[in-house]
Amino acid sequence: MPHSLISEIETKYIRSLVSKEKRVDSRRLNDIRPITIECGIVEKANGSARVTLGNTKVIVGVKAEIGTPYPDTPNSGVITCAAEFIPMASPYFEPGPPNEEAVELARVVDRGIRESKMVDLEKLCIIPNEKVWILFVDIYIIDHAGNLFDASSLAAVSALLTTKIPRTEVEDGKVKTLDERTSLPINNIPISLTFAKIDDQLCVDPILEEENVMDCRITIVYDVNNNLVAMQKGERGALTTQDIYKAVDLAETMTKEIREKYISPILKQEGS
Amino acid sequence: MEEIQGNSQIRLLTEDNLRLDGRKLDELRPIKLEVGVLSRADGSAYIEQGKSKILAAVYGPRELHPRHLAQPDEALLQCIYRMATFSVDERKSPAPSRRETELSKVITESLAPAVFLKYFPRASIDVYIQVIQADGGTRCSSITAASLALADAGIPLRDLVAACAAGKIDGKIALDLSDIEDKNGQADLPVAIMPRKKLTTLLQMDGFMTKEEFIEAYELAVKGCQKIYEMQREVLIQKYINIQDEVSEESSEQNRGG
Repeated sequence: MPHSLISEIETKYIRSLVSKEKRVDSRRLNDIRPITIECGIVEKANGSARVTLGNTKVIVGVKAEIGTPYPDTPNSGVITCAAEFIPMASPYFEPGPPNEEAVELARVVDRGIRESKMVDLEKLCIIPNEKVWILFVDIYIIDHAGNLFDASSLAAVSALLTTKIPRTEVEDGKVKTLDERTSLPINNIPISLTFAKIDDQLCVDPILEEENVMDCRITIVYDVNNNLVAMQKGERGALTTQDIYKAVDLAETMTKEIREKYISPILKQEGS
Repeated sequence: MEEIQGNSQIRLLTEDNLRLDGRKLDELRPIKLEVGVLSRADGSAYIEQGKSKILAAVYGPRELHPRHLAQPDEALLQCIYRMATFSVDERKSPAPSRRETELSKVITESLAPAVFLKYFPRASIDVYIQVIQADGGTRCSSITAASLALADAGIPLRDLVAACAAGKIDGKIALDLSDIEDKNGQADLPVAIMPRKKLTTLLQMDGFMTKEEFIEAYELAVKGCQKIYEMQREVLIQKYINIQDEVSEESSEQNRGG
């Protein structure tokens, strides 16, 4: 759904540029906007990250609480993602409970983290059937300038990589949290990449203006071993088989680049 | 109740690659389709796919409420996917879940490219999908049924939309996963296509797949969609044959009477 009204003339301009493999902000079709990631920006959260992707800004905070596991997974911790589209981020965002776009965003970010088994949830079990760590990954959209999926996913992953939870001891069936803190058991890191389909072209990392005129988008998530772990087509257009294969191919190499350039430094920092 | 978690030890395939329900890897579950099953709706359809049972109803084009949602240049298509409380093993809360919200959105988006929405500016086309029993693959079955209900309502369409999932079970690519296969398999890939236009309108994936496995699964899912499309066509054609028979019976009775 468009986030703003867009004039016929702007639509035509964007489309004609794309047909010549050019873009409004002078990027090439396969260029990603500059990314910055700052971790640990919220001291009161167990983990946090602010990601900028061009003008798009997202803050993710992770809060860890001890709670009861789901009955069908008594030996596993829990991760839940939620997204808040706060009104400061766009003139078209309204206060209120998450709408379907926020729900879709949170669920696609969640899918990448869950399916890649990024966090070893079984290691977050404290007392089977009774006490486990519950990680709330809350995504706040601060400035919506397009491609919320990749910005949010990167922020959520970065926040989890830098999340610290207290060590625990069990005494007489009671959980005691210690002062000493430890990182999460990380197994894998999902990286997502989104394309906008505009006419016959795929534009990587679309800005808001491009999202407003796009036919549809496709998000592809790869894990550290180049396995596909999640995918989502969105909005009311359609894709050809070639579009899909092209996106899968491009995402394979480009997620690797993002991983090396932006995630490796976080891992190095954490390791030290 | 003890539930078995994904990727656990449960065997989904026999040694000669037969599945728990006796199907081959590239075999669909038995599918039953009906159109015009409801009297008040403008169009309706019913699908049974394995043990999944789903109803879809279409109302519209009709006046849109609230009016501020109206789009000046086209109709607003809205699908609402809901599961009955008794449709799953453990009673589902009747409040809409986040899953239902997301599925409503992606189902709407999978059907919208097929509908001539520009013919009905400011109007609303509402599609209500009710899952009576869920046994895996309900988003795909819902799309198949909803597309039939739109056709049954006489809404102008560019194409039908047929949907089917493929996935990975015991490391092998398989068509149309059932619930137990979805829960214990390694990946699920729901796909919807507009078969005449050769366009994909729904594509989601979760699980673990290499790129090669993805391509194999996607191609298998498209083949499944094409088989389902043939069934959709048949049931629509049969609807009009039945009407023709009724009309000719009536007119011959009238002739006799006159």
